[in-house]
Amino acid sequence: MAHFTKATSVKDWLNQRLAIEKVEKVMASEYWIPKNINFLWAMGMVLVITFALLVVSGIFLLMYYVPTVDEAFNSVNYTIMREVDFGWLWRHVHGVAASVVFLVIYIHMFTGIYYGSYKKGREMIWISGMLLFIAFSTEAFSGYMLPWGQMSYWAGMVITNLFSGGSLHADGLVEWIRGDYVPAQAFLGRFFMLHVLLVPLAIMGLIGLHFAALRIPHVNNQDGEEIDFDAESKKYLDGDKVGSKVMRFANDFMSKDMMVVGIFLIFFFYLTFYNYGFAMDPVNFDPADGLKTPAHIYPEWYFLWSYEILRPFNIDLGLALFGFAQVIFVFLPFLDRSPNSVPASRRGAFKYWFWGMLIVMIVLTAMGKLPPEGIYSTIGLYAAIIFIAMWVALPIITSLEKKL
Amino acid sequence: MKNKEPLILAVVIFFSLVTYYLVEPYAHHVMHKHVDSENFTYADLPEITKTGNAVNGKELVMNAGCAGCHSIETAGMPAPMDSVMAAQSYGVNPPDLSNAGAIYDAKFLAELIKNPAHALKVEHKFDEAKAQMHPMVPFYGMGGDIDQEIADMVAYLQSIAVSPADVTPKMAFENACGRCHAVGYEKWTQIGTKSGFKDKKDELAFDIKVLEYQDSLKSYMGKLPPDLSMYIRSRNEQFISTLIENPQNHLAGTAMPRVGVTADSAAKVIEYMKDAGDTKRHERAEVGKNVMIYIVIFAIFALLWKKQVWKDLH
Repeated sequence: MAHFTKATSVKDWLNQRLAIEKVEKVMASEYWIPKNINFLWAMGMVLVITFALLVVSGIFLLMYYVPTVDEAFNSVNYTIMREVDFGWLWRHVHGVAASVVFLVIYIHMFTGIYYGSYKKGREMIWISGMLLFIAFSTEAFSGYMLPWGQMSYWAGMVITNLFSGGSLHADGLVEWIRGDYVPAQAFLGRFFMLHVLLVPLAIMGLIGLHFAALRIPHVNNQDGEEIDFDAESKKYLDGDKVGSKVMRFANDFMSKDMMVVGIFLIFFFYLTFYNYGFAMDPVNFDPADGLKTPAHIYPEWYFLWSYEILRPFNIDLGLALFGFAQVIFVFLPFLDRSPNSVPASRRGAFKYWFWGMLIVMIVLTAMGKLPPEGIYSTIGLYAAIIFIAMWVALPIITSLEKKL
Repeated sequence: MKNKEPLILAVVIFFSLVTYYLVEPYAHHVMHKHVDSENFTYADLPEITKTGNAVNGKELVMNAGCAGCHSIETAGMPAPMDSVMAAQSYGVNPPDLSNAGAIYDAKFLAELIKNPAHALKVEHKFDEAKAQMHPMVPFYGMGGDIDQEIADMVAYLQSIAVSPADVTPKMAFENACGRCHAVGYEKWTQIGTKSGFKDKKDELAFDIKVLEYQDSLKSYMGKLPPDLSMYIRSRNEQFISTLIENPQNHLAGTAMPRVGVTADSAAKVIEYMKDAGDTKRHERAEVGKNVMIYIVIFAIFALLWKKQVWKDLH
């Protein structure tokens, strides 16, 4: 057993038992971040804050939500929106945050792709991040079921149908997932459990992994420069704060994080109070009705690009390519064969690949929402083919890249 | 090295806005038919050319048999039968006419008296040639100038009604929409407000009456008209307004009649629907303002903190 002395202060008492000073250094004041970064590096903190908003608002909603097919719609739209003081506020915060979190995730992802932050020892950061993306997608989808409106019901119907595997006709699997022939009480109960317990646990675990994965390779910087963190941090601690290439996480980097968070929250609360419609689909304010299919069924905006990869092909090919699109981002660190880990602007063909991928995903997103008719389905088909082709081409164009 | 952050921010905002534009305004523009408002002018209906006389109108209303189906509570004329029986007879309970003169457009009332299926825009459902008679019997005239007689009747209805400014959202909704549509969140049923039962038996008896009424309504309309509690969110104001103005513009062939409300009454119907489905909108505006002020102050402090911390880093 360790040797304990009579504590001289509360801090000392805690320090002997929990090493709080050491923890503070490791987590904050001597966690070194490169100085050569821009505001995109604060997206991680923006995501943490948005996730916190989701958890807190979710806890309040959970107090009144009733996960039964008879009561779910009214517990949300009547009890929470009308009866509970500020219930409407928590719901709008939750709904808008669920949508905005994906915007920030996409910005965070494309930042990583642009600056090559998935290369040279940072592969696990990327992979844990993509696992988080999948976990957040599951969380978003399961949450979307809970108000039990028309879009909840029919999106649940369409997505669970995907598991029949097209020509495989694995209808038994679909029924097993639903616990019924159609989305009903068993389905709602299961997705409720996933949304409020299992998936949030997975997300919290993955956030831990994502942060841990940053420890050894450190945060990337704007030029992909390899920094000697030991030497630079020594310089900082010796007093040369200006000359050092690194800074403390807290308060140095944290102050910038908070500045970006402040600006983000202005945007976020503007949406929450004045422009929330994009995050709360009108169709979902009609109660679920298994006998009345909505004129247009579409997922929330952040799933549209992969939905559009499913749509233009026949069912089997569509499912296969949809599966491809779902997992391909995870393998980015291994598909990018280039020896350079620098920003895309200095990487020749990859520069065009990056902007091309961004544009193709926006086109897919737009076509995924528009009705699959005429010119829209043609554009959607070509965009889907280009998306697949670009991923196939990625290892080739990156292995041709010259070493800088 | 020059500061690239403004450029990066511009790129992020540009791509976010393009995506937003495509999946929201543009996609909805493509998916949903746009119907322009006709400003509740009812231009297809003939103008009232005669000046109505309310005293004559009263006589005409009494003699034309309006009260055989309609109550006029303010004139001391009760409903000849209860709502359930009325629905069994006519499909839907005929409205009380006390405030019809304030809620409905005068031109519409005139045409309604003369040719109900035309005024209501349900001629596709009630074709006289096929002996499909609208349950409301047209007024064929009392022997004089029919246009004068109708103008008198409209003048009478306007004279007994409250002033249009005193029509409440609840009155407008219940009269114009509430005999077909329930609004559960406002405790409104097609036969009246459901509330305050001391005895479970009374409540069940009321529910049975509602179900009986709905049975008649269902066979009259083809399906049970939807509960409108959340319609202000599931549709939007523009949709609801233009649908009320002329349902056929949105849903060609629908059994929903044009109800002929004035622009003012339509606004009140929408106000009622907002109270049902967007109850906390005033609180939202108030809280929103305060949160925005708070968060801007927070951002200013965060900016100042960053400047202070980074002063030593460069």
